[in-house]
Amino acid sequence: MSTLWSWLFPPGLFSSSFMVDTWEGASIVAVIAGFVGFFVVLRGSAFVAHALPKGGFAGAACATFFGFNSILGLAMFSVGGALGIAWLGRRGRHDVVTALTLVFLLGTGALFLNLNNLYAPEIYSLLFGEILGITHREVLDTAAIGVISVVLLGFLYRPLLLLSILPTTAEARGIRPRRMETVFLIVVGLATAVTVPIVGALLSFSLMIAPAAAARYWTVRPLHAMGLSAAIAVFIVALSIFLSYDTGWPVGFFVAALAAAVYALSRALHPTTRTSSKARANCS
Amino acid sequence: MWSDVFHAVFAPGFFQNGSVRQALLLGSATAILSGMVGVFAVLRGQSFAGHALGDFGATGASGAFLLGAPAIWGFLTVGLLGGTAMDVLGRRPRERDVATGITLTFILGLGALFLYFDTTHSNTTGAPMTILFGSIFLIDPALVPITLSLAILTLMLLFVLYRPLLLSSLSPDLARARGVPVRVVSILFMSALAMTVEQAAILIGALLSTALLIGPAATAIRLVKRPGQAMTVAALVGLLATWLGILCAYDSYNWPPLHRGWPVSFFVAALLLLFYLAASAGATSISRVRIRRNPYRHFPQTWKKVASPRERGDA
Repeated sequence: MSTLWSWLFPPGLFSSSFMVDTWEGASIVAVIAGFVGFFVVLRGSAFVAHALPKGGFAGAACATFFGFNSILGLAMFSVGGALGIAWLGRRGRHDVVTALTLVFLLGTGALFLNLNNLYAPEIYSLLFGEILGITHREVLDTAAIGVISVVLLGFLYRPLLLLSILPTTAEARGIRPRRMETVFLIVVGLATAVTVPIVGALLSFSLMIAPAAAARYWTVRPLHAMGLSAAIAVFIVALSIFLSYDTGWPVGFFVAALAAAVYALSRALHPTTRTSSKARANCS
Repeated sequence: MWSDVFHAVFAPGFFQNGSVRQALLLGSATAILSGMVGVFAVLRGQSFAGHALGDFGATGASGAFLLGAPAIWGFLTVGLLGGTAMDVLGRRPRERDVATGITLTFILGLGALFLYFDTTHSNTTGAPMTILFGSIFLIDPALVPITLSLAILTLMLLFVLYRPLLLSSLSPDLARARGVPVRVVSILFMSALAMTVEQAAILIGALLSTALLIGPAATAIRLVKRPGQAMTVAALVGLLATWLGILCAYDSYNWPPLHRGWPVSFFVAALLLLFYLAASAGATSISRVRIRRNPYRHFPQTWKKVASPRERGDA
């Protein structure tokens, strides 16, 4: 029994200093992703949430080439990509424009990776994330950008919610859809810049999509859904770190598998849709 | 003087180089197929799915490597399974976006695990980068017959599907009313999309497969209205971007700063974005002229239909 206990909770899981940084950084990231993800799912911008982290990854390659901080390059490319999508989206369909922006950003990234004659492990680690290797300084950076994006989201909350659910009413009440969309995409870009260095470009969007999508099956109230989505995200990340620490398998796999499992479970049980279909049956 | 210009445009050896010739041939085949399938992907709003299928390739490749199977079968298996999953989960339009996202999440996570097992057994850290960005100049000759026959198979499937697919893409309700099996058509198209994207991804990388799927089709839809024409134009735009991209990449061998060539994917992606921007700017100005000439411009759309027969004296 005690061997099982020490295998499950190896010494240092909660106490060693790098694990403390990991727990803190991961929780901050999960909360931000859960909050932002609610709107991402509500507005159907999952593709944007996937494209911006990947584009940001290309920005890190670019930053390494010019010799400045790769996190800065990441933030520049993801926010720049958000602005590009918002600008191009005025004319074209959103998914097409997102695909083209993503491909262009990745092409630029390929160019700079190619021109970088040196092997840059920190760029590759951005693709899959290094949740067990965050430094205390990164935790502070993450917290700072995270607070900015959550505050921005707080200002956006009411108008963005109205715009997402009743677009015409929102416009009649003087909300400008283009401007709102642009600011929202910038928030997604900032959230990306926070999450990518910790969970990686390929999986940072799984924390934005799956918890929020799962939460929508359990409650119809927006604030409850946001809170639940953040809670699910924190739970997934914590359990993933724990399992990854025990098995040595990549954190990304656990995050993805748990996220998909939570979504599948919520969808299979779906209390909200069941009540609504019952209500519909009562009406007829 | 003309030969100077010629040599400036086509750096010496461009037409003699074997790998360039192979890249041109396979790039053209991929561009034509992706352009034609892409028109439907854009019409049906499946850009995200098309991109996700390209990303599945990394999982397929690392899974196949783990089992010791040829990579192409890994690509196809994961592509077809993932495509079916996305199609089944995203049956309702509102759920499609999230369904694609969740499927992508799960498959990428699986890929991370496979890659972890791969790297603990052998050292292949370069593999994901090659799959993500691809290299059109380094194609395994053994892949050529398999991918070309896959391309022909996919095109045949597309031509068989053409009419029901078009109807169910533009108006699902009408298609259902006319007895088109919309679900079956949807799944069959998803497998055609998966085969297209996977064969493009293994040849030229996930990045270029998305670029050639969406870019030419989006440009073509801006330029022409008929779907058949749009497919032709998309194939041509894709061909043009691929050829120009390969040419620029070959010429860039002597460019600063490193004298080792810029990647094809950068040129093709940049060219396709430029084409799309030019086409959408052009289409906007043309439609403005058309609207100005339209005598019914002050009336709502329904009014026009009601008013026109009376004017002709039918009533």
